[in-house]
Amino acid sequence: MALKKLEAVIRPEKLDQVKEALEQAGYHAMTVIEVRGRGEQRGVELQYRGSTVRIDLLPKVKIEIVADEKDVEKIAEIIMRTARTGKPGDGRIFIIPVEKAYRIRTGEQQA
Amino acid sequence: MLDEMAAALDAAGTAWVLVSTAMVFFMSLGLGFFYGGLVRRKNVINMIMLSFVAVALVSLQWYLFGYSLAFGGNALGGFVGDLRYIGLRGLGKELVGGLPGYAFAAFQMAFAAITLGILTSGLAERAKLSGFLLFGLLWTTLVYDPVAHWVWGGGWLHHWLKGLLGAEPLDFAGGTVVHITSGFSALVLALLIGRRLGYGEYSMEPHNIPLVLIGGAILWFGWFGFNAGSALAANQQAAVALINTHLAASAGALAWMLASWARTGRPGSLGFISGAVAGLVAITPAAGYVAPWASIVIGLVAGLLCYQALEYRVRKGIDESLDAWAVHGTGGLWGAIATGIFADPAVAGYRGLIYGGFNQFAAQLIDAAIAVAYAMAVTYVIYRVVDALVGMRAREEEEYVGLDLAQHGEQAYSWGA
Repeated sequence: MALKKLEAVIRPEKLDQVKEALEQAGYHAMTVIEVRGRGEQRGVELQYRGSTVRIDLLPKVKIEIVADEKDVEKIAEIIMRTARTGKPGDGRIFIIPVEKAYRIRTGEQQA
Repeated sequence: MLDEMAAALDAAGTAWVLVSTAMVFFMSLGLGFFYGGLVRRKNVINMIMLSFVAVALVSLQWYLFGYSLAFGGNALGGFVGDLRYIGLRGLGKELVGGLPGYAFAAFQMAFAAITLGILTSGLAERAKLSGFLLFGLLWTTLVYDPVAHWVWGGGWLHHWLKGLLGAEPLDFAGGTVVHITSGFSALVLALLIGRRLGYGEYSMEPHNIPLVLIGGAILWFGWFGFNAGSALAANQQAAVALINTHLAASAGALAWMLASWARTGRPGSLGFISGAVAGLVAITPAAGYVAPWASIVIGLVAGLLCYQALEYRVRKGIDESLDAWAVHGTGGLWGAIATGIFADPAVAGYRGLIYGGFNQFAAQLIDAAIAVAYAMAVTYVIYRVVDALVGMRAREEEEYVGLDLAQHGEQAYSWGA
């Protein structure tokens, strides 16, 4: 059993839909982090105490899921389908190999 | 002349009304926080600003001609006041019921200011500030000032109901003038401006519940000035208004909390504070006219009724985002009717339905119905005009990025980077 990690950066307002869709497909385990980032979206300028500041890091949400490699494409497809709006800023998914994993409660090792 | 005035001046009442004025102005801040905490984080500055801008805008309008339209002598058949008090002319030397003219005018100013703030609920997270400025100016002039004149300024409604039924419309501190008008106007605004992008698709939870609770607590505190101050004297009526206010808030808070506990399985703090505001709204027209036991009933019913109104508007898919209609509109409507039911002659001489005062009850119903219809109709017209001239809704990109950045160029909680 080979484990992979998916890191999906998505729009924050899409989190509930993505979570529900994954849940319905049987994937419950995940970690969610609030992040800021940029990709194709243009930055925004704002005034702060008299000087102009460029804000180009917009709030996003990153979902991390560690799953068996046979499930990875299915999970990615679900995320892409539910998180997509078609406009710049929809996000990215990265898939990374996982060397080893432990369950803290029991001490068991996987992969 | 000044000696005579000094002798006639009610010093204790003046002190109390001056303090109440400050308390009512403070409520606009509370309202800003209450609403601000309920919206998403990217719009919190804008939401608070709408209430702040309302204060500044209405205050200047009030000085220029708002006070005169509301409290001047009858003009246009009692539809509005005349222009005798333009620029608050003469009020520096005049007494109004024992109070310095300026004190009375300033106290009323605070009411006009918060009324505009209340209706911003229907515009939440999607209004253009420029549109709101023009809309607000027109609304306070064409809705608030006339209705205030009819109910408090001796306008046509007052005379007509007195002649028709022998009963004047009772509104101790603004259930009709403030809450019915703003609540029902918010509903019209929400329907005209349309739902927020993504409403119904993704969740739009309050971003800061403690802020909502602080705002609610400030409103509760300020309401003592709003209601008890409306006695315009430091006397028994002020005291009964204060205790009625507090009991109604407490009853409303628990009622809504328990009702939502039964419905959802968990008593939310938002339900508690919304119930408190509902109780406060409902007691507003009745505060100086009913006995304390009645204020508990009024608050309790308000808590339950406004909760149902909220559920109804959610079911209908109406994005009247922060429920000014459900709480202020329906709460104010219930309060106006409740005044006609529970007015106790032993408190202030007015007789409600349960004491045999059918005419007073009827007067309240008519007063409320007219206020609802007028506010909704005129709001519709003003919105259409302003939308055509300036535009009321922010652009889609602005709404997506957030109004704090798009309209104010500010971030509420910046990282510094």
